[in-house]
Amino acid sequence: MIERSPLFNAISYAMMVIGFLIVVTPFWVVLVAASQSLSEIARVPMSLWPSAHLWENIEAAWNRADLGPKLLNSLIVALGVTFGKITIAALSAFSIVFFNYRARMVCFWMIFVTLMLPLEVRIVPTYSIAANALSPFQTLLDTLGLTGLISALTGVEVSLNWNLLNSYTGLILPLVATATGTFLYRQFFMTVPDELVEASKMDGSGPMRFFFDVLIPLSRTNMLALATIMFVSSWNQYLWPLLVTTDRENYGTVVMQLKALIPAQNGTPDWNVTMAGALIIMLPPLVIVALAQRWFVRGLISRDK
Amino acid sequence: MAAITLKSVKKNYGKTPVIHGVNVEIEAGEFIVILGPSGCGKSTLLRMIAGLEEVTAGEIHIGDRLVNQVEPRDRGCAMVFQNYALYPHMTVAQNIGYSLKVAGVPRAQRDERVRAVAKSVGLEDYLDRRPGQLSGGQRQRVAMARAMVREPKVFLFDEPFSNLDAKLRVAMRAEVRRLHRDLGVTSVFVTHDQTEAMTLADRLIIMNAGRVEQIGKPSEVYNRPASRFVADFIGSPAMNLIEGMFDEQGHFVYGRGGRLAAEPLNGQRRPGRKLVLGVRPEAVRRTNEQKPGAIPALVEYIEELGAARLIHADASGTRIVAVETENVDIPSGAPVHLEFNDDALHVFSAEDGRRIDAHA
Ligand SMILES: Nc1ncnc2c1ncn2[C@@H]1O[C@H](COP(=O)(O)OP(=O)(O)O)[C@@H](O)[C@H]1O
Ligand SMILES: [Mg+2]
Repeated sequence: MIERSPLFNAISYAMMVIGFLIVVTPFWVVLVAASQSLSEIARVPMSLWPSAHLWENIEAAWNRADLGPKLLNSLIVALGVTFGKITIAALSAFSIVFFNYRARMVCFWMIFVTLMLPLEVRIVPTYSIAANALSPFQTLLDTLGLTGLISALTGVEVSLNWNLLNSYTGLILPLVATATGTFLYRQFFMTVPDELVEASKMDGSGPMRFFFDVLIPLSRTNMLALATIMFVSSWNQYLWPLLVTTDRENYGTVVMQLKALIPAQNGTPDWNVTMAGALIIMLPPLVIVALAQRWFVRGLISRDK
Repeated sequence: MAAITLKSVKKNYGKTPVIHGVNVEIEAGEFIVILGPSGCGKSTLLRMIAGLEEVTAGEIHIGDRLVNQVEPRDRGCAMVFQNYALYPHMTVAQNIGYSLKVAGVPRAQRDERVRAVAKSVGLEDYLDRRPGQLSGGQRQRVAMARAMVREPKVFLFDEPFSNLDAKLRVAMRAEVRRLHRDLGVTSVFVTHDQTEAMTLADRLIIMNAGRVEQIGKPSEVYNRPASRFVADFIGSPAMNLIEGMFDEQGHFVYGRGGRLAAEPLNGQRRPGRKLVLGVRPEAVRRTNEQKPGAIPALVEYIEELGAARLIHADASGTRIVAVETENVDIPSGAPVHLEFNDDALHVFSAEDGRRIDAHA
């Protein structure tokens, strides 16, 4: 790829421009549509230049879909999931890479296998557990015959119940397990030289101290990359929030509200408001990606050999 | 009392034995160098002393304490690693002071110690740099300062200079020597470089394939190698080793019928026993005339060293190297006579390679 003939340059520029257009065109259409009035957007063909009604449309969308509280909900859930995923991924990878115990590889493969079981596949059992997070223990007690034993002895009927539906816990917890994150962290931890581990042993630090003082700071760039991906994907979650919240008023997320923005069957076809809503909803992930990208570059430049 | 005592220390990796039972007593304040070829188990031994590697069998005592089950941090050892092992995200000061921080030393006191130690290795102007912004030699100094800051009872070095260029290595050697003189801390230094070993050591431990071949002062090891392995390993150019046996007349018979009049026989050097005669190239003299005790040889080639030159010669099928200090030009194929200093002859058993002394 060192060749730099004019033809080669032209081809690579053309490829970049095509790629850029493919990515950017839908955004442009959303932006243009969001800035037009009802009559402008109803015109065929639609104009591809922005008009002056962006703020009205945004205001209308904001009120119609109650976006203020919903944005807050989304933010809480996305941050919670991201934080949980990173914590769990870092800790599980730490255990797998730096400790020598017999079940190590079994644990790793079990985590790895869950890559093949996305939420959509296990949504029914996950829902039933979310409805009562203690039901596995109840089942265990029942099958072991302990429920009967306890009720016979004490007269107390054991019935464990912890309902996660309509709560932030219920929205967040089932999403925090992440094989991808564990795998990414594992790959990074394996590049940490043994000597560094041994040096910290000689310096007297225990495993957790090593984790917080050395591994976490060293993996900052990786963590940021992972956090970005995780934030965007949990922001975009649709199916699970839809299922686990019946109290949409208080626990709905913005992505669920997209539906509320779509014009009703026989209502006014105000797609400009819908697009303005979409614009608001996709803004936070965009901002995060833009910010994180700056960090990536910074992290790469000041990287130690 | 010994600072470090190893009693029949063994190490297996899985079923593979790597250290076959090492017995050593290291005196307090001594500078010990473990020398041996790559893969002979030097690092393993050092890491067992440090507590980074479990001991399969035997005992390790530091001071009067049995430390087999003691955590590395509680052994009072500090280690300098081959690749420096500095924390890349910490500044030089933080790197040096990390062990104090872990130990809970208050900040003011910590800063003071860090500054003092950094000064003693000439790093006081670099305290705010990151390891990535330092040269190799400076990084090595940080690693040494980090070891010194805890005021350990024992310093352990695992080939610390092998990543430095030759000139820097010599400078760092002098520095380590000076620090040892100033601090007087018992040190164990692992290397495969014999010059480094000879110049640093109070005593050397020569290892081969998981066994100790010889323990002794550098001069002892050089002048009285305890085995054929040590004789071959120590000294550059390497010692001439001539395989053969004594005959009834007291001649050493080697190669394709070469004969050498040598020292009187004793029981160990009885005729017919296979032996290895060792003589350092410095103890081989070139003479022009035939005389008793000199052996004939043909010059193969001359290796020019500048101050001296090495004559590589063939004596009845055995290669012999001699150091020639005179500036002479000898053509290949020229016949010469080689004479050995009598008191410079070493005799080893051909079977187990152990040294055999004339008057034993
Ligand atoms: N973690 C390990 N697992 C298995 N074998 C090892 C391990 N570490 C070292 N060895 C083996 O032990 C022997 C001695 O290694 P080492 O002490 O590192 O040698 P040296 O430092 O003298 O070069 C070598 O043959 C090496 O292959
Ligand atoms: Mg080694």
